[in-house]
Amino acid sequence: MPIEVLMPALSPTMEEGTLSSWLVKPGDTVSSGDVIAEIETDKATMEVEAVEEGTIGKLLVEEGAEGVKVNSPIALLLEEGEDESALENYTPGEGSSESSSGEKAASDTDEKTSKSENNDQEASSKPSNSSAETAPAKPQFARPDASDPEIPEGTKMVEITVRDALRDAMAEEMRRDEKVFVMGEEVAEYQGAYKVTRGLLEEFGGKRVIDTPITEYGFAGLGVGAAFGGLKPVVEFMTFNFAMQAIDHIINSAAKTLYMSGGQMGCPMVFRGPNGAASRVGAQHSQDYSAWYANVPGLKVVAPYDAADAKGLLKAAIRDPNPVVFLENELIYGETFEIPDVEDWVVPIGKAKIRREGSDVTISAHSRMVGFALKAAEQLSAEYGIEAEVVDLRTLRPLDSETVINSVKKTNRIVCVEEGWGQHGVGGEIAARVTEEAFDYLDAPPLRVHQKDVPLPYADNLEKLSLPSVEDVVAAVKQVCYVE
Amino acid sequence: MAARKSTSSSSSSDETKSGYKPKLPVTKDQLTSWYRDMLVIRRFEEKAGQLYGMGLIAGFCHLYIGQEAVVVGVQGALEEGDQVITGYRDHGHMLATGMDPDGVMAELTGREGGYSRGKGGSMHMFSREKQFFGGHGIVGAQVPIGAGLAFANKYNENGKVCATYFGDGAANQGQVYEAFNMAKLWNLPVLFLIENNQYAMGTSVTRASSETHLYKRGASFGIPGDEVDGMDVIAVYEAAKKAAKHARDGKGPYILELKTYRYRGHSMSDPAKYRTRDEVNTYRDTKDPIDLCGKKLIDSGWADEDALKAMDKDVKAIVNKSADFAKESPEPDPSELYTDVLIEG
Repeated sequence: MPIEVLMPALSPTMEEGTLSSWLVKPGDTVSSGDVIAEIETDKATMEVEAVEEGTIGKLLVEEGAEGVKVNSPIALLLEEGEDESALENYTPGEGSSESSSGEKAASDTDEKTSKSENNDQEASSKPSNSSAETAPAKPQFARPDASDPEIPEGTKMVEITVRDALRDAMAEEMRRDEKVFVMGEEVAEYQGAYKVTRGLLEEFGGKRVIDTPITEYGFAGLGVGAAFGGLKPVVEFMTFNFAMQAIDHIINSAAKTLYMSGGQMGCPMVFRGPNGAASRVGAQHSQDYSAWYANVPGLKVVAPYDAADAKGLLKAAIRDPNPVVFLENELIYGETFEIPDVEDWVVPIGKAKIRREGSDVTISAHSRMVGFALKAAEQLSAEYGIEAEVVDLRTLRPLDSETVINSVKKTNRIVCVEEGWGQHGVGGEIAARVTEEAFDYLDAPPLRVHQKDVPLPYADNLEKLSLPSVEDVVAAVKQVCYVE
Repeated sequence: MAARKSTSSSSSSDETKSGYKPKLPVTKDQLTSWYRDMLVIRRFEEKAGQLYGMGLIAGFCHLYIGQEAVVVGVQGALEEGDQVITGYRDHGHMLATGMDPDGVMAELTGREGGYSRGKGGSMHMFSREKQFFGGHGIVGAQVPIGAGLAFANKYNENGKVCATYFGDGAANQGQVYEAFNMAKLWNLPVLFLIENNQYAMGTSVTRASSETHLYKRGASFGIPGDEVDGMDVIAVYEAAKKAAKHARDGKGPYILELKTYRYRGHSMSDPAKYRTRDEVNTYRDTKDPIDLCGKKLIDSGWADEDALKAMDKDVKAIVNKSADFAKESPEPDPSELYTDVLIEG
């Protein structure tokens, strides 16, 4: 049987086209790759190449024919050894020989023709079992016990800065696992632009503590490759503002590859560094990227406030088999907190923490804003008798909305605080989830406190006006509590 | 108007009769297997183009036809355990590393039997087993990642080399030079393999590059580079062998600019208005890597026309089987939507 040459689809969206000219005639021999016709689509005129070898037996569609459906036969090709008598036996839809492509093509054509008659264009390019599918419900994963580790009675508490807590976390994990290394600008000989990696070069040497050139896109990508190659990189960005040059690798290479590879290519690494406004450094050095990264499936995003969380969560992040974006804040590096003096302090990723219990209003916050929320809560208690419950989100993805929602069910009000811009922000997300899942518990609309909708100004007074303040939090809480 | 004649059916029996046997720097087994490997890629890509035309493959599909000698020659120079990474024109690389044509074709049709279980597609396939690290859709992104794989090789002192492929278009991406710099700074065992097929989508090298000799692009980093005839599998093999030895000996990266040509469009929906049909035909008629290799096999007395035809028949059977598999394999189960986002636990 002759081989059917089918009208090809020449773009992802093509359904039919005009056969503008034939470049072969019956009797011509063709081999794979020869141009046999020109086809006009809605976008362009394209050449059609032969896929099989043989002799053109018959042209089934005339030159100039319009609206030729994709996958309908346009010519018959005689295989080696076949002569024109084979054409007489040809019945449309049954063409072809043991080489199989024609036969398969024919049956596919039938299937598609019948479907396109139903105008089911979507289904016409897909196998039959898919047409009526709806997205399945997202599976509910049982959350592993994500509470903080128990602190044994009598455990000594020691004072430590956030900066040293982060350093200790890296040092402990590097002692524990040879595959862990740190790379970034000024992390080694300079001892860290903000001294977070102080002492690591001396202990671990230049093989594992690596100064990079100023080349964020490059070393972020190199870190991803090292993680694919079985290492566990901790990539420091001097600030996350500079990571904007590297965001392609963080998202397209690190976050998406596990999924695109059907689970083969894990990317166990940490991208860390200070995020958000520092002090008087202007708009390009002061952005909060919490909402950007928290938007992306395939990443975990952590933003700790105090030293215990900084240490415990960074250790968890380094051990995590997934890419973790670890957002620090320069303005709390030097703050001192108490931390339990235990052997291996690891705080699980994915669990919020209630920093202050209260009955009247919930305040959600992360990173430096937790400190603001706690100060506001004390002020509200002292001045207005309002008892605020402060929820430290700690992890932004996966987001522990359960803890927030349970709190709102108790307090019936919420103020969502974040340092970054409000539009499409973390606070907006929390407000949406609370509204969806605890609408009937709300006694007031959720309110957001966030940076003003402008690039961060340099002038001292304008910078203060732009960033959220304790007073802003107090005012928002008063508003949701209907207090004058 | 008569169609162009394929050179693959034209016989070179006159030359074989003369008894002339050129001395080749490779063995009969090597050359024969390379011929077959190139043929697998050629027939696979032709079939993929056909399935695209039938609507069974969707989205973007970038065919490798014409460039086969590049990956096959380089792969011949690599050792077990060396890594391979490339951009989005990646089907040839996967087949060259020994990945199963069934799994590659089924990924193209978006089916459960595909290497990424249908979740990656033409541009995003991987195989840990064959040390193939993708399959990257962002032009140039694979270059620092390849340097990172080489970084891991050096860190682990495993003696492996990472073959990092990219095109003449990617050669103008800034991150490529960030990777060059670090690769030489730290003497990473990486081969930067520039597949110069002369067109970045529709823009020719001369219209996009101030320095069109891309093998010189490493000069300011101290990375040596060679220009190689990418249509000659033996030339590619020899150049890659030298470059791989350089990298394996701890001397750092090496650049090869492999001058090649793609016969088909950039993707399936390329109207090809930026070059002439004559130009394409000249390459196909006079420089085809498979024809050239076949001629060498015959001239050396290592094969005859019948043997090559028989090989083609075998290869077609393999490719047809992969197409059947790719059509019959079911679509991924809806529950797959939520798997592989994160590694749980």
